[in-house]
Amino acid sequence: MGLLVDIEKKCGDFTLQIRFETEKEVFAILGASGCGKSLTLKCIAGIEKPDKGRIVLDDRVLFDSEKKIDVPARKRKVGYLFQDYALFPTMTVFQNIMCGARDEAIARDFVKRFYLEGKEELYPSQLSGGQKQRVAMARMLAAKPDVIMLDEPFSALDNYLKMRLEREIMDVVDLFEGAVLFVSHDRNEVYRMTDKIAVMENGKIVDIQTKKELFDEPKTLAATLLTGCKNITRLEENADGTYQALDWGIRLRTESTQKKDQSRYVYAGFRAHYFEVVSGMEDANVLECEVLREIEDAFSTVVLFRNKGAKETGDYSVLTLDIPKEKWKQMKNERIFLKIPPEKVIWLEK
Amino acid sequence: MDFSPLWISVKVAVTATIFTFFLGLLAARLVISMKRGASLVDGIFTLPMVLPPTVVGFFLMIIFGKNSILGNFLGKLGISVLFTWQGAVIAAVVVSFPIMYRTARGAFEQVDRNLIHAARTLGMSEWEIFFKVMLPVSWPGVAAATILAFARALGEFGATIMLAGNIPKKTQTMSVAIYTAVQSGNRSLAYVWVGIIMAISFLTIILMNYWTAYQTRMMKQGRKEKE
Repeated sequence: MGLLVDIEKKCGDFTLQIRFETEKEVFAILGASGCGKSLTLKCIAGIEKPDKGRIVLDDRVLFDSEKKIDVPARKRKVGYLFQDYALFPTMTVFQNIMCGARDEAIARDFVKRFYLEGKEELYPSQLSGGQKQRVAMARMLAAKPDVIMLDEPFSALDNYLKMRLEREIMDVVDLFEGAVLFVSHDRNEVYRMTDKIAVMENGKIVDIQTKKELFDEPKTLAATLLTGCKNITRLEENADGTYQALDWGIRLRTESTQKKDQSRYVYAGFRAHYFEVVSGMEDANVLECEVLREIEDAFSTVVLFRNKGAKETGDYSVLTLDIPKEKWKQMKNERIFLKIPPEKVIWLEK
Repeated sequence: MDFSPLWISVKVAVTATIFTFFLGLLAARLVISMKRGASLVDGIFTLPMVLPPTVVGFFLMIIFGKNSILGNFLGKLGISVLFTWQGAVIAAVVVSFPIMYRTARGAFEQVDRNLIHAARTLGMSEWEIFFKVMLPVSWPGVAAATILAFARALGEFGATIMLAGNIPKKTQTMSVAIYTAVQSGNRSLAYVWVGIIMAISFLTIILMNYWTAYQTRMMKQGRKEKE
């Protein structure tokens, strides 16, 4: 048993229409800001009310618009970890945990389990970010939830702290017996935390895949962009089975092993670090680099460029190359030709 | 000099503030939890603030007068509101209520919504949330509201004189005493009362400022260091 969500909610122009089912596992929802991730969690928690649909947790119906069931938030047993932790500022650490535990012995046990001994009498404003998170986790788990939901818990943190807190949360999640829902816009975070990932766009889940599938062969444009693919082009099929990359102004050959072809592709994506440097122009899959801007990163150089001779000037016509610094220094003053190996192209049907 | 107006004023204002405090908080709590009709109820609650105090006093006179149902009922119980200090309390409550209600409501609305949401998911009931989360978090605002309501109750004139009249040693408050003094040409007495009212009001505000600053500091540092 796990969690079944099938709901619809209208908010002005925005419509949330979402359906998924998850077992007792970690399930991530990956989506850009404003796609409805948090709203989904709020509907499950009972903070927002969907217009119609059903939410079932284990054997309990939490919401059913047809049967007019709407269990109030406080009886749903849904743990919710807010991005800013939402600790009660006028209560001490112990009082905060008591709000979930309702029993001194249980609260004391959670203080111990989350290494908060000696901090019981402190107020949230006196705690570090990591301690705050531990208090929030302790408070949430002390209420004995059947499912826990993490709402972008790390997005306001610096990189070092992020890694540490992630590990702490993962330890907790591993021990938790129910379903865990995790929401984020950060592909790296999602990749590290979970195995099963749903991609959300405009209030809808467009894709549910395991992380390996998702990052190697995303199926939709939204998923491709969210997994960090920087180069995208629209495609037009040529008579000979190759494609015209409209935004890049070149011909693209599909992999020769690929069957000619049941599927018709409309978009192609290509990751910035897969380009191969070649010595000259070829009839397909090679771009000549017209540098627009160089950005020096910590370990590599990011080059924004256009294909020389491409006619398009839209957003997609600017490509990104990610290359080791040294290599770029050696080649930057000559004419640069970049090859797109067909096996590394992400082909998209929609 | 007869200091009875000072004691009457303080007695009336303190009693009125106690009532206003609870009524105002309840009203604020009610309106923020209303899904429909909030603006209508808000309008009714705020009305005494925008109406001339004499109009408020007039309505109270009608409501509590001997010929009204309520006045009749109270009369049978042996309670008379007109021309008593209790009448002055009622006038002060009605006039100071909107200030308490509006300021408290503003403070409640400032409370981070996620705190309320978190409290709900933790299984706390709505009243528990109100007393344990909302009220403590918005306490500086609520305290300010109380002080303002007290100051308003202390200075109340129009509605008081309509409902409680101007009976020396019984219902004559400081504001009313100033009016009487000026009417009878006793300028120096008026100066004394003006001075006393200004001193009390000023002191109240200063105390409030210190106290709010103290509260805010406490919340930032935590009470641990104090202990």
